[in-house]
Order: sequence, then structure tokens, then C-alpha cells
Amino acid sequence: MLVEVRDEAGNMVNDASGGERLHEVSMVVNGVHRSAAVPARRLLSDFLRHDLGLTGTHVGCEHGVCGACTVLLGGRPIRACLQFAVMHDGAEITTVEGCARQDGELGTVQQAFRDCHGLQCGFCTPGFVTTITAYLEENPSPTEEEAREAIAGNLCRCTGYQNIVASVLRAAELRATEPRTMEPRTSEPGTTVLRAAGEAEVSP
Amino acid sequence: MTTRSLGEPIARREDPRLLTGQGRYVDDIGHDALEVAFVRSPHAHARIVDIDVMGALDVDGLVAIYTYEDLQGRMAEPLPVLIPHPALTHGRTPCALADGEVNHVGEPVVMVVATDRYVAEDACDRIVVQYEALPPVVGIEAARAGELLVHDDVPGNVSAHMVQEAGDAASAIADAPNVLELDLEIERSASTPLEGKGVHARWDPDDQSLRVYTSTQASTSVRAAVAAKLELPVDRVEVIAPDVGGGFGVKIVHPWPEEILVPMAAIRLGREVKWTEDRREHFVSSAHERGQLQHVRVGFDDDGRLRGLDVTVWHDNGAYTPYGIIVPIITTTQLLGPYKPGAYRAEFFSLYTNTLIVTPYRGAGRPQGCFAMERTMDAIAAHLGLDRVTVRERNLIRPDEMPYDQGLVFQDGRPLIYDSGDYPATMEKLKKLVGWEEFEEYRATARAEGRRVGIGVACYVEGTGVGPYEGGFVKVETDGTVVVATGLTTQGQGHQTVFAQVVADELGVPVERVVVTTGDTRRFGYAVGTFASRAAVMSGNAVALAARKVREKALRVAGEALEADPRDLEIDDGEVRVKGIPGLSVPLSTVAVLSNPLRYAFDDEAKRATQFASPADPDKTPVADGEEPGLEGTGYYSPPRSTFANGMHAAIVETDPDTAEISILRYCVVHDCGTLINPRIVEGQIHGGVAQGVGGALYERMVYDDAGQLVNASFMDFLMPYSTEVPTIEADHLQTPSPLNPLGIKGAGEAGVIPGAAVLASAIEDAEGIRIRRMPISPSELHHLREATAE
Repeated sequence: MLVEVRDEAGNMVNDASGGERLHEVSMVVNGVHRSAAVPARRLLSDFLRHDLGLTGTHVGCEHGVCGACTVLLGGRPIRACLQFAVMHDGAEITTVEGCARQDGELGTVQQAFRDCHGLQCGFCTPGFVTTITAYLEENPSPTEEEAREAIAGNLCRCTGYQNIVASVLRAAELRATEPRTMEPRTSEPGTTVLRAAGEAEVSP
Repeated sequence: MTTRSLGEPIARREDPRLLTGQGRYVDDIGHDALEVAFVRSPHAHARIVDIDVMGALDVDGLVAIYTYEDLQGRMAEPLPVLIPHPALTHGRTPCALADGEVNHVGEPVVMVVATDRYVAEDACDRIVVQYEALPPVVGIEAARAGELLVHDDVPGNVSAHMVQEAGDAASAIADAPNVLELDLEIERSASTPLEGKGVHARWDPDDQSLRVYTSTQASTSVRAAVAAKLELPVDRVEVIAPDVGGGFGVKIVHPWPEEILVPMAAIRLGREVKWTEDRREHFVSSAHERGQLQHVRVGFDDDGRLRGLDVTVWHDNGAYTPYGIIVPIITTTQLLGPYKPGAYRAEFFSLYTNTLIVTPYRGAGRPQGCFAMERTMDAIAAHLGLDRVTVRERNLIRPDEMPYDQGLVFQDGRPLIYDSGDYPATMEKLKKLVGWEEFEEYRATARAEGRRVGIGVACYVEGTGVGPYEGGFVKVETDGTVVVATGLTTQGQGHQTVFAQVVADELGVPVERVVVTTGDTRRFGYAVGTFASRAAVMSGNAVALAARKVREKALRVAGEALEADPRDLEIDDGEVRVKGIPGLSVPLSTVAVLSNPLRYAFDDEAKRATQFASPADPDKTPVADGEEPGLEGTGYYSPPRSTFANGMHAAIVETDPDTAEISILRYCVVHDCGTLINPRIVEGQIHGGVAQGVGGALYERMVYDDAGQLVNASFMDFLMPYSTEVPTIEADHLQTPSPLNPLGIKGAGEAGVIPGAAVLASAIEDAEGIRIRRMPISPSELHHLREATAE
């Protein structure tokens, strides 16, 4: 029964593309132009994680229910496990890595999670951070009830959501004290970078 | 002065990494690794007639296919029974790949290795396995009937039968003025961490060594198991639990078939190989828990005091028993909670079914035990027309009766002796928190508005911090950084923070300077694992003991340097100082340099420790007798027996008179886990536990059809609570230190989940006036109960 595919010299044989037709997919991810050649069936979540190496986006169910893989497409949350990468050639994507400040310090929502102990194992957290980032753009000063509703599409098995609700409210508070208007900024030719006006400049 | 860190709700050290996408979970490792997919059994019970892989051979990117026939040596033997027990007379475990027969849907039959997971699944789709279906045993009643067998050589499907007795329960019940009997049922649920399992293996052919990353709760024991199965020397195997996306029990089982098959493939193929479990695989091939039928017979006096209690449990252990019979042992011992049962007899039958294996899920048998005891308490109160809290209070163990011996043997093989706790005070706090006395007034107001509300209460005692031991390593680096390692693993409990808090205080350094590593056999080789609410108790005390050794050595070495008696020294803010003499001090970083005499100077710090750097006493050896170089120490903590935390929950529910929808209006927790290292982290543990308790009470169940198919094996159909299903949790603490360990800690990890089903059953029963004997309960089940009661 043993099957091990080897060439005549006994080396393992394999074809990295699996013999599939590849498609060049380009995106602006977290303000940086990225591209890779992938099969048509490569999920956006796998593209980000394995082709671009942005492993902050997590996959918890691969059927669109848990929300761990949530990324922002043009600022709107989508489930990366329900999309093919080729559907988003030319798109602008923000992942949890892109929710940090330019200087690498925690972004507003991330800081709120730290302040409120809004995470335990951290696996679902990226999906919450992206979801809440988009939500606060829409509703900058939610009530507790609205905050609870805002995260009601994401599953967390560790926290019982108590401190995630608190994190939404805390993030709104932080956001209000440091006004952060999102302005497109061009840092290099062809690259659009979203950054908050209140963020520190990083010297080159 | 360094701010005292122990007991402070400091923010977690691990958070910045995890929040910015810099965590490293097992699927984040090895992007170029070959990937594995499995052909798993679609049948609950079948013989494998033939496996035809020919169709898969022309899949581009296929690298290897393995079936049972390809397993050699010890790989071909059944997986171990991890926790043997004399009562487990018919323990059965599968082989890593099915050997001729499958006993549950999801059992691995063929392993495929390919360039990526997509291709591996393509190949799996083209492999044809012919099965001869056998009749499946599904459900506890079918297993108990014993007409059909899961394993031909296990009569009656009984893997284990055990009786424990303290006193003569039968006579005590017979002599009691009142006797009640209850038949109870709890359905299955599961840990369902957001990250499934995963394994990555890398074989270094030049070094003849293997490195395995696995999403486990027990890396040292996985290491031993991998070495044993693959017949490698243990010192050629390293196992690392990287960031783990939740465990809740399911990841304590080991070795999973994948944990030995993936390394086997890596060695045979000479390539990095990884496997990442998908959600459906997790539902059908990891583990479940909870499913039990229970019969309770209780005798009590007219005041509601227990005279005798006799409990029989039929426990569904699924298709195999790799984790032994820990769960039913815990159910039947922890069932007693904070009460004095009079005479007690507990009997359980652990039964095979053709369903997924049952191994500990947070609570590990306690929620079922608590359900049995607390339903019994409510039944006694109803029978006598007494207040439910009053009946409980009359049966509580009093503080002056501590330590209290329940006369049984606990899951660690040690006597079930409660070490400390103030149960009456816990109840007092809970009554105040929830407003027990004022509830009837609230009920009347609600009733006037046409609303139906009820209140419930449930109590538990949890044995935590089971042995045999954990260890800790503490080292002061020459730059003043304190590195700490312990062998047990982390799945979100904040160990990098709490162990740093312990060491910072013991050593007298700022907590920011302490860096903790867990679950990496390269850093600490001796460990047991993270389960049974034991990490803070075990490794917390172990790192404290290690830090005390380092402190002692630092004072000795600094004493030489400062020409002072070590007894006159103190360590504060990372400096060793002569008490009462400002300015006379030496930083711990320098003490670390001095504690390691050097010949070679590789940097400026090192220069200070070289042999010509300072005048040394030529009559003394550079490393003093009995000393070792380096400012480091190792400590172990081994408890005499478990330490017992306790708590009580109360809930107020509203049930819709028309739709039977159940809403939790308030949920109150009073909890005592001894000394708190970090109250914020303890509270987080309680929150998460309560959410799982709510899930297990109202939403979660594993729905098997008669053929043994798990029909709700997805997050679409298995209803884990979202934020909208978990109520606001109101919590209060007591701190009764454990006398058993140096820090007075009791475990806190599992507590929140334990009374969930019990307290909500109590509240729903109170709202509805209908006996609740089975959990979880859905609105449609409540509706049917109403109809049945009305008839």
C-alpha cells in the first residue's frame, strides 16, 4: 500500500503548484503592494497567511461562522475564508497587522483590548480587532448594548465576551480622546497607506 | 521600592504580540512544509474490506499515502491508555491508522501527504475505501442494554465499573425519614477551542533529531510518547507547544494519531510536514465530554439534612478509552460539593458507544456531578417545602470542620480531603449579591406585568492543582533580564504574566524584567501539563521555589562583593542593597556576572568576571565548594494532595410564556480560589467558564443520529454562545489561602463552568414550576415539558 513518490535518484518528487494553473493576484495589504501567483481556488485567508506570510489572520472554522478570519476590504469587514484570493485582485485589504500604529505600537482597538483584558488565547482576537475597527468608523460612540451587538458575529471561547464588550467601549473612548481621521497617505509610488492623523511619524 | 506585583491586576505581558498578529500558532510555522490530509471513516462501526489508492496516484503534487499496513514497529501498536486504573478492566485504544475496523465516524484510515492541503484533499477524494457496515451502538441506553457490542471482546460495552463507599449508604437511606429518587441526564458538549489541533514536524537527518510543534496541553509527555512510538532516543526529540488557540481539555489527550503520524512522515520523507485540523475534523475526530445518565437515591431528615446518598452513573466514554476513567471518577467524587452527605455510595459504569471518544472538557465530570447534587438539593427543598438556600446551608461543611475528609479516593489517587474554605461565608456573599431574600418581591412585580421569572442557586467544590509535580527554572542574565521556564503549557491563561509576577516578587525585580517560557522541552524537560486547574498552583509555586534559591545565591555572592553578611542584605528593584545603608548596593546583573567566573571576555560585562579583573583570594577556588556557576536555580513543587477551591452561582431567568424562550436576566458568581496572583486574569477565567456553562445549559449538544453520524458537526449547527447569549457576569471573591502550598494558591481555570447547567436548571424549574431533570434545555424542549406537565 505504501506510496512515496520519488524520482530515479530516490529524491522526493513534487510539484509546488500541484499542476494547477496559477493566477497573478495583486493587492494593497496594510498599505503595501503585495502580489503572488496562486491557483484560482486559493482562499483569501490562505493567500494572506501562507502566500503573503501575514499569519495574524486566523482560520477558525472555514465556513464563515466564527469570524476569526475577518479582514477589511476597502474598510469593510469580510470573512477571508469565504472568498477566493483571485476575486480581490487589485483590492485594498487591512489585516490585524495593519491595525497597529505605524511605529509598531498598539493601535486604538488593540490598546483597548490590552487595557480591558479582552483576549486570552488570542486566536479569535484578530477578527474582533478588525471588526471593531470598522464598526467604530460607523459608530464612534456606541452604547454597551450596541457594543455587544457589534461583536455578535464573532465567536470567542475564552472570554465570555465580557471584556470584549468593555474593549469596544474603551476603544471608542481612546478614539475620542485622540482624534484619528483616517487619511490616505502615499508613502511610495503606487502604494496607498492608510494612517491615522494622530499617529507618530516614523523617521526613515 | 519595587511595586509589589503579586495580587495586582496588571496588564498581560503576552498581549502586544497576540494583538498585532505576531503570535505564533502551529499553522503559522513552516509555510514550505508538505501538508497532510486524512481519509476518515464515514461509518460509526464498520470493517475495512479494501483500500484502493490507485485513483490518487496521478494527482500532481501527491507525495505519499500511508495506511495501517505501512506502520512499523511500535507505530503499528494501539495508542497508549494514558491513565491506567485497576477498575478500567477493558480499556481499548485505536491504532494511529485504523487496523481493519473503525469504531466512530471520523476515525483516521489513510494519511495523505502532498504539496499543500488542497492537493492532499484532492488525493483523499480519489481514494476508495470499501467498508462492511456493522450495527452501531449509539447512546447510553443502547450501550447499557448491551445487545450490540462496540468491541466484540468487551461484554456489555463496560470498560470500567467502580464503586466507592463512605459509610453504609443503603442502611442510612433506609433509616431516613424521607427518601427521594431522581433520574437525571446530561448531554454531550465539547471543548471546541477556536484553534483546532495541529502538528508540524521537522527531521534533521544530519543531527538525527526531530523537532515537533504541536497544539498541545502537555508537550513533555508528547515528547516521551513520540520518542517511544518512533523508537527514537528521547534526547533526540524536542516538542514545543507554541501559542495555542485554546485547549479546555481536548488538547491534554496525547499522543493524538496525528502527533505521531506527522513526525513519522517527516522522518520517512526527509521533509518538513504539517497537519492543521479543520473544524469538521475537530468535531468528529478530537473529543467530546459530559454525556451521562444518573440515578440518585437520597435519604434526609425533616430539616433537609442528608442522611445517605447513593448515586449510580452511566458514563458514555465513546469508542475508546485513551484517557482512562478520569471523568466518571471526578463526577462521583466531586459530586459531593460543599456538603456533608451522611453515608455515601457512588457507582459508575463507563460504557463504549460508536461515537467520538470522551475525555476531559473544562470541568471534567464536575458539571455532571454538580448537576446531580444540586438537583437533589432542590428536590429535597421542594419535598419539604423549605427554602432552597436553607436546605443547602444546613448541609454545608463548616470552616471549623476543615480539613474535611470525605472518605473517598480522588482522581489523583489521593484522599479526598478538603484543605480549606468558608462555605457559609460564600453563601452569605452570594445571597447578598443576587438579592436572594428580595426575590419574591421581584417575582410578584414581574408576575403583575405578565412575566415569568425564576431564581436558581448551585454550589461546587473543585479539587485543583493535582500532582504529581511541576518545576521551574529561574536565571538572572548578565543584563539583568530574568528568564523563567516551566514545562507546562499555555492556552490563554496568561502564564507569561502570572509566573512573571510571582518571580518578580520573590526576587525583588520589576515584573517588566521577567520573561517566561512555557511548554518548550528545550527549556524545561520535566513537567506534567496544563489541566485540572493546576498551572497556577503547580508552576506558580515551582517558579517561586526556584526564585527563592536564586535569591539566596544572589545574597551570598553579593555578600562577598559588598563584604556584608547576606542576612543584612535585601533585593529591591533589581539591586542587592545593604539594609539601612543607602548607596551600598550592587545590581543583580553584576551579581550574575560575578557568579560565573570567566576566562574569556566576550563583552564589557564579561570583562568584569575574568580572572585578572579583580583581586581574588588565591586560596579559594573560583567556583566555591557546593556552588555552581551562574545566577540560576531550579525548583519543584509536589503537593501532598489536591487543594480545593469552591464557589456558588445564582441566576435569575425569564421564560417566555408563549415561545418558551429562556433569557438569563442576572448571573452572579462568588468564588474562592485562595490567594489571587492576578485578579483580572482570574476574573477572565471565570467569565470564560460561565460562558461555557451557559452554552452547555441552553445551547450546546452533540446530535448523533441512529447511524452514529454527528449531524451538527459545524459552528453553523453546534450552537456556541455569541456575545448576545452570555449575560453580564457579576462576580465577588473570597480569598481562603490553601495551607498546602507556599503561595496559598488554589486553581481557578475550570470553576466558572461547573455549576452552569445546575444553576440554570434550578432557575428554570423555579420560573416554570416544572421539574427539570435533563440538560441542556432548548425552548422547544421546555415547550414539550410544559405540554407533558399540563396533561
